[in-house]
Amino acid sequence: MSWTAITVLALGAYTAKALGVLMGSGRYAEKIRPAASLVPAAVFAGLIMILSLDSGEGSLAPDPRLGGVAVAAFLSWRKSPFIVVVVAAMATTAALRF
Amino acid sequence: MYRRDSILLSAAVGIVGVTFGVLAETSGLTMAQAIAMSAFVFTGTSQFAAVIVIASGGTEIAAVISGLVLALRNAFYGPSVASLFRPSLAAKLSSAHFVIDETTAMATAQTSPENARRAFWTTAAWLYALWNLGTAVGVIAGRVIANPDAWGLDAAFPAAFVALIIPHLQTTQGRLAALGGAVISIGIFPFTSPGIPVLASVAGVAVGAIWIKVHQ
Repeated sequence: MSWTAITVLALGAYTAKALGVLMGSGRYAEKIRPAASLVPAAVFAGLIMILSLDSGEGSLAPDPRLGGVAVAAFLSWRKSPFIVVVVAAMATTAALRF
Repeated sequence: MYRRDSILLSAAVGIVGVTFGVLAETSGLTMAQAIAMSAFVFTGTSQFAAVIVIASGGTEIAAVISGLVLALRNAFYGPSVASLFRPSLAAKLSSAHFVIDETTAMATAQTSPENARRAFWTTAAWLYALWNLGTAVGVIAGRVIANPDAWGLDAAFPAAFVALIIPHLQTTQGRLAALGGAVISIGIFPFTSPGIPVLASVAGVAVGAIWIKVHQ
């Protein structure tokens, strides 16, 4: 990966963050706040699906990651600390692949 | 309470940072490039998306576009946290770099504005330090470990988001938005290029917003 690509990505990512913060200060923000507060729920759900099912070859396929994610869901629901959730998910996935 | 959660979350993100470092190293990035991404792009999913495109043989342009498409969602977090920053333009522009999934999640999970502000900055400081440290450790580990997936490293990232989404599922509109986001991302996956399904999951917000409108 070239330094140009990394620079463009860094500038673009910062611009997106800054736009959101600047938009967030006005009257416009009050209007969209109820909907904006739902963004993490929607995007995180999409991320979880793609990150646990994307085979990396253009298709969705269940693999041992899904077992790790299921364990993560159970432990999160039981209010385990984040680090326990992440480590248990890795351990489960590693064990399923063994 | 937010302090313990912030540090534990950051530690978990640090582990995810290790997985990013491993992936970056095995995709041909140098140590300096991997750390530059974590320090200056500083939005994990975009970093992963870009490097995964490179690793799967995609072009640099495709890698940058898929990273940028994912970075766009950070623009939607601004309105939830902008009120936590001092009102000067300089304060807002310097705070903006830290408006990401985890800091927004921690801040919006608090009940008072003061705790939200503290949770945001505690998370930002720990997470920034451990994300970059994790990345460096990962690059070194990537030179040693033959098969990162055997260690379950690819499960760390989705698992972290499972933990992060829980506070957002306490309301009906939150659950509907999540369901919408999940269905949309999977539904359009076969027809779009890498990066698009996750961005499109933003549209799941409409499902929750309609529910709010109907029940007002």
